[in-house]
Amino acid sequence: MSAMRSSSPAGRWAAYGLVGVGALLMLAPFWFMFVFATHSRTEIFSLPPPMWFGDDLLANLRILGEKIPFWRNLGWSLYVALASTALTLLFCSMGGYAFAMFEFRFKKALFALVMGTMLLPSFMSMIPTFMVMDALGWIDQPRALYIPGAASAFGIFLMRQYVLSAVPRELIEAARMDGCGELGIYARVVLPLLKPALGTLGLVTFIGSWNNFIGPLIVLRSPETYTLPLALRSLQSPADTEWGALMAGAAVATLPLLVLFGLASRQLIAGLTVGAVKQ
Amino acid sequence: MDLDGTAATPMRTPTPLRSGHAAQPTADAPGAANAASAASAASAASAASAALPARGRRLRVSARSAPYVLLLPFITLFLVFGLFPLLFSLVLAFQSWEPTSGLGAMHYVGLANFAFALTDEWFWKSMFNTLWLAVAGGVPQHLVAIPLACFIHAGFQRARNLVLGAYFVPYITSTVAVAIVFTLLYSTDYGLVNAVIGAMAKWPVVGALLPQQAIDWLNDPDTLKPAIAVLVFWRFVGFNIVLYLAGLQAIPKDLYEAATIDGAGPLQQFLHITLPGLRPMILFGVTLSVVGGLQLFEEPFILTPDGRGGSDQAGMTAAVYLYRMAFDFNDFGAASAMSWLLFVAVGAITWAIHRWIGRGLR
Repeated sequence: MSAMRSSSPAGRWAAYGLVGVGALLMLAPFWFMFVFATHSRTEIFSLPPPMWFGDDLLANLRILGEKIPFWRNLGWSLYVALASTALTLLFCSMGGYAFAMFEFRFKKALFALVMGTMLLPSFMSMIPTFMVMDALGWIDQPRALYIPGAASAFGIFLMRQYVLSAVPRELIEAARMDGCGELGIYARVVLPLLKPALGTLGLVTFIGSWNNFIGPLIVLRSPETYTLPLALRSLQSPADTEWGALMAGAAVATLPLLVLFGLASRQLIAGLTVGAVKQ
Repeated sequence: MDLDGTAATPMRTPTPLRSGHAAQPTADAPGAANAASAASAASAASAASAALPARGRRLRVSARSAPYVLLLPFITLFLVFGLFPLLFSLVLAFQSWEPTSGLGAMHYVGLANFAFALTDEWFWKSMFNTLWLAVAGGVPQHLVAIPLACFIHAGFQRARNLVLGAYFVPYITSTVAVAIVFTLLYSTDYGLVNAVIGAMAKWPVVGALLPQQAIDWLNDPDTLKPAIAVLVFWRFVGFNIVLYLAGLQAIPKDLYEAATIDGAGPLQQFLHITLPGLRPMILFGVTLSVVGGLQLFEEPFILTPDGRGGSDQAGMTAAVYLYRMAFDFNDFGAASAMSWLLFVAVGAITWAIHRWIGRGLR
């Protein structure tokens, strides 16, 4: 409203142009990622660089498979992301429901403690997490990624808020009167009502795990168990990088996210900024 | 429930609220929907409990112990992987320890790790780099995001989600993947960035301002930081646009109508209505940018060879340095001390921002 409604048509079109050109610039790196993924290294390193798709995609993917266990890495990424999402949804919905609907000792203090650690910078836990994983013998084990990830402070916050706003207390009382057990109430009454929030948290968790770099960097050691970001990183060498193959790998790592974003952009944008908007 | 907000809005502004509340959190389910879903779920509940008895009784948990049972998995993981490592790192900051020599080799060294960090030239250098990047990568995000959000808010209806998506999508994609793409775009001899600059350098007037030789973006200490800052800007500007769009929706439209009647131009309206109205969001967004910027790790790690921080350590942020301190130099004690020093710095800077932008907000 405001500023532009009342301004001249010329100013208006200038604003449209600016926003549009900016949007194209934002998308340009993705364009070149996909274009370069279909070119050989020599073609990428020509002047001017290629602007349109070539026909080396399959060759690039083959190089990827030869240089690193790429498809295994892709599989691990998917496995860790799915396991992480499933555990997070289960544990956070249980915990969020408990925080929202029950009274128990140390509830406030516990919730504050969980929220407090969410505000801490991620580098704080980098070193001790390695040591805990080392002590547990979980180094190089994918479970070192998805099990700790399930204790998501953001997840428990989101679930608690949503239970408070979407699950009426009377409903739980009614279920109790009908003789439904407490876990049954959670599973059959509360959980179905949480679907929208579960969807949001699921998307956010999946994407977070898929993109996670620091976690794998610290706990994974052998190229066989690398997740995608780490595998791509290992392909980067100052002297002899197969850029076409690397771009193909980056494109494979990016494509699922672009598809997810295309399908659920509104929910994703809301989910990723929810903490912000709720203040 | 926000009764005040839901009831008062239609009265103040007779026109229906703009559709496409992209930034509305799903948690804000309106009261009416709640009642409806409650009714339908109530029948579901009794249906569920009717079907239950046979199996449900074995797992029966009393209402008193239910919250503990429900919280058990989460809290266990939280204590083991959230709280314990944190406390342990505080202990570690006062110890001398190398991971290769086993836990028994740990011994108390008092403040030696902190003293080491505070007298370490690289530590200060990394702090400076971090601050530089947090400011250079962070501030422009807001200078660009605020006007862009205003344009999008005012001028885009149908294409709004499409445009917003274009700005937001870098935020959700793998930092590693896009940082690798940027590495290629920044390449000295064949990179697209230099190709564009080289072409523009041949133009009259503009050309005179541009360097005539190819820039070695990622290897020249003078250009490495700006190159990282551009990537940071690109990744997060869309996030801020979304924040500011949400902020703009909260500014009552009749303020603008009144200002227009009073003859205030677009610029005056922007300065006297929009900016003050956005102030809570600016405070919030800038805080997020700074806190995020001070943790910068992946972008410099990928853009510098072997994640070492680049020539002359020009791109070595504090997070990168403490990673190296632990995993390259095997000094976990010093790395832990550095992480706590950095934490204190993050806290102090956040507090200062709140004092500065937050004046008069509360």
